[in-house]
Amino acid sequence: GPLSERRLMDVRLGELPAWLATCDISPQGLLGGVRKAWNSYYDKYINVKRGGPAGISMLLAGYCLLSYGWNYQHISKISLLVSY
Amino acid sequence: VICSVLHATRLLHTTQQSLAPLPPLPEKGGEVRYGLIPEEFFQFLYPKTGVTGPYMLGTGLLLYLLSKEIYVINHETVAAACILSVIIYGVKKYGSDVAAFADKLNEEKVAKALAVKNEAIKDLETAIEQEKKEQWRAEGCSYLFDAKRNNIAMLLETNYRERLLMVYNEVKKRLDYQVAVQNLKRQKEQDHMIQWVESNVVQSITPQQQKESIAKCILDLKALSKTAQAAV
Repeated sequence: GPLSERRLMDVRLGELPAWLATCDISPQGLLGGVRKAWNSYYDKYINVKRGGPAGISMLLAGYCLLSYGWNYQHISKISLLVSY
Repeated sequence: VICSVLHATRLLHTTQQSLAPLPPLPEKGGEVRYGLIPEEFFQFLYPKTGVTGPYMLGTGLLLYLLSKEIYVINHETVAAACILSVIIYGVKKYGSDVAAFADKLNEEKVAKALAVKNEAIKDLETAIEQEKKEQWRAEGCSYLFDAKRNNIAMLLETNYRERLLMVYNEVKKRLDYQVAVQNLKRQKEQDHMIQWVESNVVQSITPQQQKESIAKCILDLKALSKTAQAAV
């Protein structure tokens, strides 16, 4: 189909800049994108009859990675020598 | 104002999708390996690298992060390791029990909703039967009205006959009165005539005739007394 309506996984590598250009960058567009992403994740892993630990564990792992990335500057200073 | 404009231009029920009945929830979530990495990743790398591809990628990535000190090992690493081990042990040991408990809760919810639905269906069915019964009763109305019509006709007939009888009695009374009047008149005339004739006759008896008749009567009586004395 047309480029703007395809999902990210169906876009070829060469068409990536063109696909990014068709994205909706406005706040409503970004919010809509975030909502769609969360809804698809929620419907696939959490909103099922017999779920497992996978639903929240992936969220927690993502949170861990994100917080590590935010605090990397502080962690990378060699705090082991400073505390003693 | 903007909301009202939006609502005025929004079309209702343009899509095929309807809210009820909802499609049932999927049984199991997406497949995830080791609780962290979705299966799609392994399938994505399978054509190019086979089965061990993602594992080699993971090992290489880990060694790279460690060696370049992008991931530093400090007290937090030890804490994370302890916490993770406790969590994994807990999940492995009590996971199935918690799952069974949650399934039971879900069962109860579904059973309650189903009971409400069945209740509603039963009530509606009884309502339908009662409605049919009412319709059957309404058909019988014609008999009721026939009976009432007969009653009224009988009342009218009775009233009519009563009045007929009254008329007859009144007329008879009037005719009887006329007959009685005529009879009375005739009788009075008769009596009056008799009396008048008697009075005239008495008047016509002269004193001479009276003396003669009295003398004759005395003679007759004497003769009679003689014969009577003779008989005794």
